[in-house]
Amino acid sequence: MLTYALYPGCAAKGATPELFQSTMAVIGRLGITVTELTASSCCGAGVVGEADPDGALALSARTFAQAERLGLDIMTICGTCQGVMGGANRKLKSDPALLQRVNRLLQLEGQTYRGTIQVKHLLWIVVREVGLEKIKGETQVMLGDLKIAPFYGCYILRPSGDLGFDDPEHPDSLDQVIRAVGAEPVDYGGKIKCCGFPIILEKEDIALAMNGANLKEAKDAGADAMVTPCPLCHMSLDIYQERAGKKIGASLNLPVLHLPQMLGLAMGVPAKDLGLQRHLVPVDVILKTLSPGGRGKGEGAV
Amino acid sequence: MRLAFTITRYNPELDSAPHDETYRLDVSRGMTVLDALIRIKNEVDGRLTFRYSCRSAICGSCSMTINGGEKLACRTSVRKEWERHRRITVGPLRHLPVLKDLAVDMGSFWGKVRAVEPWLRDDGRMVAEAGAAGTAQFHNVDACIMCGACVAACTVHEVDKGFLGPAALAKAYRFVADAREPDQARTARLASLQGPTGMWDCTRCNFCVEVCPKDVQPMEAIIRLRRASIDAGYNQTGGARHVVGFRDLVARFGRLNEALMPLKVIGWSLRKFLHILPLGIRMLLKGKVPSPWHSTMDGPERVRALLTRRKGM
Repeated sequence: MLTYALYPGCAAKGATPELFQSTMAVIGRLGITVTELTASSCCGAGVVGEADPDGALALSARTFAQAERLGLDIMTICGTCQGVMGGANRKLKSDPALLQRVNRLLQLEGQTYRGTIQVKHLLWIVVREVGLEKIKGETQVMLGDLKIAPFYGCYILRPSGDLGFDDPEHPDSLDQVIRAVGAEPVDYGGKIKCCGFPIILEKEDIALAMNGANLKEAKDAGADAMVTPCPLCHMSLDIYQERAGKKIGASLNLPVLHLPQMLGLAMGVPAKDLGLQRHLVPVDVILKTLSPGGRGKGEGAV
Repeated sequence: MRLAFTITRYNPELDSAPHDETYRLDVSRGMTVLDALIRIKNEVDGRLTFRYSCRSAICGSCSMTINGGEKLACRTSVRKEWERHRRITVGPLRHLPVLKDLAVDMGSFWGKVRAVEPWLRDDGRMVAEAGAAGTAQFHNVDACIMCGACVAACTVHEVDKGFLGPAALAKAYRFVADAREPDQARTARLASLQGPTGMWDCTRCNFCVEVCPKDVQPMEAIIRLRRASIDAGYNQTGGARHVVGFRDLVARFGRLNEALMPLKVIGWSLRKFLHILPLGIRMLLKGKVPSPWHSTMDGPERVRALLTRRKGM
């Protein structure tokens, strides 16, 4: 059994509750047990650091200290959290003076981070620790000949010096998981680009042009659906998809799955237990594929 | 080892569109992509056009797209690219007008660098030395060789060619951080970058940091430019409201409250409120709007103490 301290992040407890729900629905099947860090805060998402760099590092460090007390490494389920916290951890571990300065801030609540834990995204744990063979073994409902476009999101790829998992020019981890659940990964240039979410509230036109271009490119390459390991990308790609389509003058209608939702569907977890009804872009095309008369090779999931 | 090089060719006087051509070369140990291009030009097709000069990653002129990423041809090893990608593709920098083959028109790039007025304003009281503290603040921006890789990789520039872009904004930051710049000039410089196409258009995608051959980290410079702006009182742009509002919400709830975040950005604008309202209603109906009153974490007051600590702690 793999045991981790689960860092939920803000989105999975806020605007994308289906990410938390689907994560909890699948991790047991993957052989992962977790202790949720219920007193963990926001990681700062790179935004708090724009105003208060030390404060942002301290937000991550206090989460690390909580996991360190449990003697567990951290599992993230958000690409942005992974990038921000992975970067913070690298800085804190490689710069003793910085660690000391940030620890002085943690003293406000009597905590200290010693620099002993690792931060890993669910995607990385699935590929490197759970193993793709296990995914294939747990996959009851093969996702047929569905073509699924991977959308990695910026923070799980760049800067690669802070992350060190995928090749930032040529990532493959999410593609491998798509293959393991029986679907076909769609190759397209936009899979490593930006969803525009960080500026979507104040620069909507720019963000929608970025977002729409990626969705259209995936669709033109034959995608039936998209999957992402980042809930912020999901918000951009799902919630704003209709507006993005209007912005670029294209009909998109491409369902976007969170990584654990794709795993859950392949494992035969009922759609409602994965929160699929919460998406703004309907996921009918996927559910139809999984139904007995659909294109899938297995039995219906719902 | 004999390898295939697929090169994007385009001669606007003859071709209606760019096309790929493949050349096979015997590759020697230590060979760079620039070495390969020079050999192809000398031995196979003298019309192949590309820029280069120093061959030592100093002049920045041989920046191009190699296997999908922006790189200097002179410091890119053929063998390593082959081991990494199992192919060698070479094209011009992306999202800049192609003059011929691998040579792009850098006019817009230089125009943007000029637009940020990359020189110190001298009010007659300029001190001779910036001092150690000042130069450290330049954060490596002086290492920039103006190769254009960051602009070609920039995901905002891709959709908005007017965006000043990472190189020019990093250059602007270099002067904002210079202790010799008079206060008034510094404030005016920050003011000039608040509008559309300025510092708040950066989406923090980290592409510029990833591709920069000199570790300039332009995005980090843009973030410092934004911080300097907020500290100087430029806090009413959407971008600044986003940063300050985000920090305030995390200080209040411990985690980001997505129900309140949009309101922090739009302020009291009825027009903007009506623009976001339909999406908010759809999210509410789907159970995607969290409570605007409650925190989702245990003990948010501890985060509040951290983010509202006294300055200098």
